[in-house]
Amino acid sequence: MKPSSDGARTGCATGAADVSREAHLSAPATGCGRGMRSHPLREMMAQAAAASDAPWRALLKPGDCLLLLAAALLVAASYPLLWSAGTADRATVRLDGQLVTELALNASRKFSVAGAIGTTVIEVRPGRARVLSDPGPRQYCVQQGWLTRVNAVAICAPNHVTLQLSARGGNGAYDTLNY
Amino acid sequence: MAPMTRSTIELPVTADDYRIARHAAAAIALTVAEAALPSPLPGIKPGLANIIVLVVLARHGWRDAAWVSLLRVVAGSLVIGQFLAPGFFLALAGALASLGVLALAQHLSPRWFGPVSASVLAAFAHIGGQLALARIWLVPHDGVFYLLPLFATAALVFGTINGLVAARLLATPVAEPLLPKAGS
Repeated sequence: MKPSSDGARTGCATGAADVSREAHLSAPATGCGRGMRSHPLREMMAQAAAASDAPWRALLKPGDCLLLLAAALLVAASYPLLWSAGTADRATVRLDGQLVTELALNASRKFSVAGAIGTTVIEVRPGRARVLSDPGPRQYCVQQGWLTRVNAVAICAPNHVTLQLSARGGNGAYDTLNY
Repeated sequence: MAPMTRSTIELPVTADDYRIARHAAAAIALTVAEAALPSPLPGIKPGLANIIVLVVLARHGWRDAAWVSLLRVVAGSLVIGQFLAPGFFLALAGALASLGVLALAQHLSPRWFGPVSASVLAAFAHIGGQLALARIWLVPHDGVFYLLPLFATAALVFGTINGLVAARLLATPVAEPLLPKAGS
């Protein structure tokens, strides 16, 4: 063990030596020179501490500020884009598979369809839709309640009416759906 | 007896090797320290080791930065027991993507763009590489992209902070290279 000569030669006394030397004195066994050589990080931190009177703002160049601004805008723009994906914005009503109407899911309204055995009433509220009443004997599509998710579908088979939610960009998200 | 001891293989170690090893060691230390930090979401980390990569890129060029970054990924994952685990490949994909972007970003005019730009661009490339690999391999569903805003926010915040730290380190005077003398 000959820490002193090694330490002196490998330049313990560069730049910010005061801070780091004190730290090294308490370090066990490794010694000054070895510590300095294998830890450029520590030496960098000591230098940074010594020069800490410079303001952080001075480290930003004009291009940096512009790039940060652009990046922040992009990040902010990505939030609604991705959170709105997967939420429905249209209700599609079909009779015998033929499109009857498309209802936007942004306002409350009711819509009636004359089907094979009577009238089916569709109710739309912001972000959701349901079959309010149906002449079918078992009322499956009525009891299904509110539809809120993209591609959710309520089928009133006796009256040949279907109600399906869809999102921007159409129904291309799925090739097939099973219930 | 003598010939047998002489047959020891000696690999010549250059000054470059020492420099890269020293910086890689610092980066690995930061990786290990960072592994102890709790993360709100898997994949969101400060990426403190990238400070070292940025400093090395500015002072010693892209080749050294690539060495340090990749050594950090491999050796760091060995230390924290992640080698060849999914996290390792994600880190590798992120490191490769950000090295690719840094290769381009180093040609930005130094008058207008500093380390903060490089850091933010590299951070975005990092999440880009990770998400691409995750989408292709780990989670083959577009659902991973729902997390993109969170990852992008983390990249912006930590990229900026790391860039500022790197800029400050670079603004301080360069220490004499601490090369071991022969026979020491």
